[in-house]
Formats: sequence, structure tokens, C-alpha cells
Amino acid sequence: MNRTAHLLRQGWASGGLALMASLRSVQEMLGTVAFVAAFCVGLSFMRGRAVEGTSVDAATAALPGVLGLSVVFTGVVATAMVLATEREDGTLLRAKALPDGITVYLIGKIVYAAALVLTTVALLVLPGLFLFDGLAAGLARGWPLLLGVLLLGMVATIPFGAVLGSLFDNPRLVNAVGAVPIFALTGISGIFFPITALPEWLQWIAQAFPVYWVGLGLRSAVLPDSMLSAEIGESWRHLETMGALGAWAVLGLVLAPWLLRRTARRVSGANVEKARQKAMQRV
Amino acid sequence: MALTDDGAAPVAAALTNAGPAIEARGLRMRYGDDDVLKDVDLTAAPGEVIVLLGPNGAGKTTTIEILEGFRMRSAGEVSVLGADPAVGGESWRARLGVVLQSWRDHGNWRVREMLAHFAAHYAPFSTADRPRPRDVDALLETVGLSGHARAKVSSLSGGERRRLDVAVGIVGRPELLFLDEPTAGFDPLARRDFHDLVHRLADEEGTTVLLTTHDLDEAEKLADRILILADGRIVAEGSAEELARRVGTGSEVRWTQDGQRFVHAAPDGTAFVRELLEQHGDAVTGLEVQRASLEDAYMEMVARHESGRTAEAAAALEGIGR
Repeated sequence: MNRTAHLLRQGWASGGLALMASLRSVQEMLGTVAFVAAFCVGLSFMRGRAVEGTSVDAATAALPGVLGLSVVFTGVVATAMVLATEREDGTLLRAKALPDGITVYLIGKIVYAAALVLTTVALLVLPGLFLFDGLAAGLARGWPLLLGVLLLGMVATIPFGAVLGSLFDNPRLVNAVGAVPIFALTGISGIFFPITALPEWLQWIAQAFPVYWVGLGLRSAVLPDSMLSAEIGESWRHLETMGALGAWAVLGLVLAPWLLRRTARRVSGANVEKARQKAMQRV
Repeated sequence: MALTDDGAAPVAAALTNAGPAIEARGLRMRYGDDDVLKDVDLTAAPGEVIVLLGPNGAGKTTTIEILEGFRMRSAGEVSVLGADPAVGGESWRARLGVVLQSWRDHGNWRVREMLAHFAAHYAPFSTADRPRPRDVDALLETVGLSGHARAKVSSLSGGERRRLDVAVGIVGRPELLFLDEPTAGFDPLARRDFHDLVHRLADEEGTTVLLTTHDLDEAEKLADRILILADGRIVAEGSAEELARRVGTGSEVRWTQDGQRFVHAAPDGTAFVRELLEQHGDAVTGLEVQRASLEDAYMEMVARHESGRTAEAAAALEGIGR
């Protein structure tokens, strides 16, 4: 039996099973549906008005930013949460006890996170195709770029989720420490209003993080060039987008495996038991 | 419910390396200034069932986790199935079965899909002697979870969950199986089934088993050899019978005389009874002699340990099993 093929197949199966389990879980499903529904409703209010000085529907103009947010949010916060939780409940330890278990686990997590991102994106885009003017036309032209940016966005963010997840012992802490900055970052990353409306120093901060670049890349895929007036330098800056996301991807891919191995080494049955007792005290 | 469901070879052929399954010398573990293990020596022959007993905090779990390769030791030489667990690779890992103390993972997966997924990890490591993995449905039957195959893992009771953990531990047909308090939460029937299972693993497949428990009755039933760990040292070692004979209070003699019930602890029960009958003859009725059990031995040891006479207890027990 080819070991590598077997590993990939097992990792794929692991991600698939985890996804199926999530789909069956009412709580997790409600979370995703609530996230999607909130943005769909929010975008619907913007619909029918054109962006100033263009003929582009305001909802269509805002959608790429929302997609960018969901990519980053799933990639970073959801991945970090899952890792911190699974370290505490023994999932990581289980992976350690099985032959090739850690490798299968990691492949499974990537498959799972990617599936989660794509599902969220599909849930946002599909209703948008019918509701928001110009989205269908934009996608007809720009879908390869959209998929490309989504993929690069995931590669740039999922490893960082893993890094965050291995740094924090407590899953609840991950949520607090991880989610708050991401939402703050979203506010300044040109998702709900053009980034050019912000003071320049805030623009620089936003440009240091992947949220802005994923949003920009997705806007470039969906929106006509008439929207360029709202962008920095009036350009889609494709090269810069690839450069910035690529840099985050490389940094994450270097840091994540090293941190994960370190984390996996440290986890033991006694830790899991301690965490179990702590978790029970909290209840 | 046979374990050899898909044609595993009999015991003799199953064991490829002739050396001991576990060999640890001078094992030490130190956390900060705290010595958790002080010079533990431990050997397990292939097919042997070894039970590790000891009060909470004695170092049982630490010992097992070092042998499993989950923890780095501070000092000492360890060989598990011929390899140092600190650097054992994936094919070494495939020959071990591990059941930890506490596992709550994969709660929203279904029982059978979880076991089947874990089973598939072992497929590349199958050998002619040990076909890996085991048949998943047969194994579910063995641990009594067939009826829960489609249930969510988190919906299982404590004992059922534990049985699933045991199933995962043996699904790869391990040559060496570690069980850390495997029967916590088992009802009496599940407990007896589990004991049968361990006996079959050792007898039919030559699996070496190292398990910890707080249940002395269980230790007595399962163990070829018992190690008592106290304060990071092995303070006694031997079969349940040997330990009972050499530690504790000898025998307990009960009898009725003149309508009154007497209980007397005697170091030598036989001698005491002989004397008793010589003196009182027919007046003695309802005679019962009970040899000190493993429980007596263990309690004695723990009592000495806890009253602060650790060194004395260790010294007194040093001779056992040598």
C-alpha cells in the first residue's frame, strides 16, 4: 500500500467526517447560519442604491468584503478555537496515539477549514446572485480570480489560526483574544466603507494584515473598474495582494508545523484529565 | 466473540522479537524540584499481564506515559518493543495500543465511523502475523457496543465511552497494550467481560499488557505480576499471592466459643489454630481461617506510607519478589 496516498486519503476522510459531524450538530450549524443570515440581511438593506459616482449596486460592492471577513474569521478564529478545544479534550492526544495520527489530523484540519470557508462563501454568494445587481455579471468574468484569492486567503490564514490555537491553553481565551482584534481589524479594512475614507496611519495598519488584502482581491474579482476610485492608488494592486498574502502564508507555514509539533509533544493524558476537571468546575 | 476473527496467527508466531516487551532501568522523572519517579526498574516479558497499583500521585500515569512515548523522562534507560519511546517512529507506534485515563474527543462523531476511521490508520502496518486492523464490527460486538454503532460518541454513558476507548486501543492488534484505569465507570458485567478480554488478548494473541487500576480485586484477577508504586518508587513486586503472603498480617482467624464470636489476627494461622484446638477442643465451633489478601497487603503498605514512614515501608518491602 502506498503510504503517502493512504495518508492523504485518511486526512481527507478525517476532514470529511469532521464536516459531517458539524453538519449534524445543531449548535454549530446555527452559528454558521446566523453568521451568514446576519450578513445577508445587512447587505439587503444596502441593495438598490448605487455607490456614489458609479452604477454599481452598494450590496454587490460590499459583498467581497464580507466574503473576505468570513475567510479570515474561519481561517484564524475557527481554526484556533478548534485546535485549543481539541488539545483540551484529548483529540490531539488521540492523534498522537495512532500511527501517522498527527499527519492525518493536520491534513484533516486543513480539509475541514477549507470546506467550512467554501461553504460559507457559497451560502453568501448563491443568494447574492439573485438579490444583488451586477454580482452575476461580475462573477461570470472574475470567478477564477475569486477562487484563486479564496485559496490564497485560506493558505495565508489557516496556519495562523493554528499558531494562535497552540499559543493559548484555554479555548475561551482564544475567542476573546482572537475574535476581538479580528473584528476591530475588519472595521478598518475597507469592508463596510472604502478604506480611503480613513486616516492614512489606519490605512497602513490595515494593509499589514490579510483581511484587507483578501477583501481587495475579492473586490477585484467581482467589481468593475469603475469602483477603483475607492481604492488606495486607484488600482486593484494584484501583485501587492499576492505578495502580502504570500508573505503571511509563508510565515504561517513555517511557524505552524513547528508550534504544533511542540504543542503535541507537551500534551499528555494528565493534562487532559486536569482540563476535564477544570471544565467541570466551570459548569 | 472470538478475537481471532480474521485469522490472526497463534501466539508463538505473533511475537517476532524475543527480548522483553518493556525494559526500564533507573527511570526518573522530575518536575521542577519535585521527583515524581525515583529510580523505577520495570521489565515485562512478551505476553505478560502486569498491573501497576498505588495511591493517587504515586507516579503510575507518569510511568505509563513515559513508556508510551507521550512524555520525556528526566533520566534512565527505557526500551519498549526494542525502541526508545522518546524517538519511536510511526511503525513502532502501530504496534502499541494506548488507553488513557480520560478521553472526551470526537464527541460529535458516530461510534462506528470513529472506530473505523481510527482502524484505517493501521492498515499500512499490517503484517502476516498480525493482520491490522481488526474487523471493526466484530470488535464492536466484542466490547458490547454493536447496538450503539450509529450513536453519537457524546451520547454514550461513562462506561460505554470507556469500552469504546478500549476498542480503539486494541483495534490495531497491538503487541503491547497500555491501559490507564480502564475499568473506571464499568458495571460489574462490563468489568467481567473486560477481564475476559484481557485474558484472551494475552493468551490468544500474546499481547503484553500493562495496566493501572485502583481495584485490587481486578489486579488479583488479571495480573501475572503486580507492582506497587508508592512515592515514585516500586516498593513491592510479585504475584497477588506472593504479596499477600509476605506483607500484611498473616491470617485472620474467627471462631465461636461459649456463644461468643472471636476474631484474632495471627502471623501464623495454622499454628494458632492448632493451639486453639488443643486448648479448647470441642468448645470451638464455626472456625474460619482467612489468609491475608492482596487488599490487606496493599492497605498495610499504604498505611505505612501515609503515616510518614515511607522509608521504613520501602525498606521493609524491599525484599519482596526478589
